[in-house]
Amino acid sequence: MARVVVDVMLKPEILDPQGQAVQRALPRLGFEGIADVRQGKRFELEVEGPVDDAALARIHEMAETFLANTVIEDFTVRVESAETAGASS
Amino acid sequence: MTARIGVVTFPGTLDDQDALRAARLAGAEPVSLWHRDKDLKQVDAVVLAGGFSYGDYLRAGAISRFSPVMETIIEQAKAGMPVLGICNGFQILTEAHLLPGAMLRNNHLHFICRDQKLRVENAETAWTSDYTRGQEIEVPLKNMDGRYVADERTLDELEAEGRVAFRYLDLNPNGSLRDIAGITNAAGNVVGLMPHPEHAVEPLVGTGKTDGLGFFTSILKKLVNA
Repeated sequence: MARVVVDVMLKPEILDPQGQAVQRALPRLGFEGIADVRQGKRFELEVEGPVDDAALARIHEMAETFLANTVIEDFTVRVESAETAGASS
Repeated sequence: MTARIGVVTFPGTLDDQDALRAARLAGAEPVSLWHRDKDLKQVDAVVLAGGFSYGDYLRAGAISRFSPVMETIIEQAKAGMPVLGICNGFQILTEAHLLPGAMLRNNHLHFICRDQKLRVENAETAWTSDYTRGQEIEVPLKNMDGRYVADERTLDELEAEGRVAFRYLDLNPNGSLRDIAGITNAAGNVVGLMPHPEHAVEPLVGTGKTDGLGFFTSILKKLVNA
């Protein structure tokens, strides 16, 4: 199994009231100096088989059509722990 | 023959019974549709009702958008079939890209429930012809993810083409851009709005008014005259 991580964040121009609420709470908790907070989503995908170009392309498509709404969100896809073709585990 | 208005039930839909009732009170034949069923049972129009389909997981409306019934609805809506999305239904329509923009968490992060004044900005859609342009109506509003957003270019386009169908009056309850409460597609057959006209169709309940009935009489008139 290989793990692929998809991070989804609201686009910079979209108001993020959840992030703002977190940021406003920080000074009350004694955490000073944080100018801005934005809250996103992280998906950890356990992928069966090797994460080759074809598998990554499928995951990219999945992120674009489903995991993120690209009207309001940006996303990144990265392989966290790779299993290459033919490698034993 | 009476016009048949279908109302879809997804897991988590709450307002399907009210929408079916509103269709019946307007004089239509209400038809229940099931989300796993691709068959639309020969309805003439579809209402996507309010609620919390799939628990709003991922994003409101994001999972229901891929239900089997939506495959047929998306195809038929593009071919001209009238579709009304109320609240969660509006969220589903934006997720399905039948309407532009997206719905986000209310700017104050609270669930809101109130009687809401709206101005009808477009009385020429399939669902609004029984209103007049500029008419003020009051219907219930209840939502968590009701903040309508779109990029500036899309908003300008919607305004220029008269596709902002409803605007919030007196108070913007959720931070929707340009006070937008509802929009229509270019053809005028697909309409989405956050407030709930189906809860204001009888004097006994809701706002005590019947301001919402016009949606259902509008579509009925259109279908009968078609």
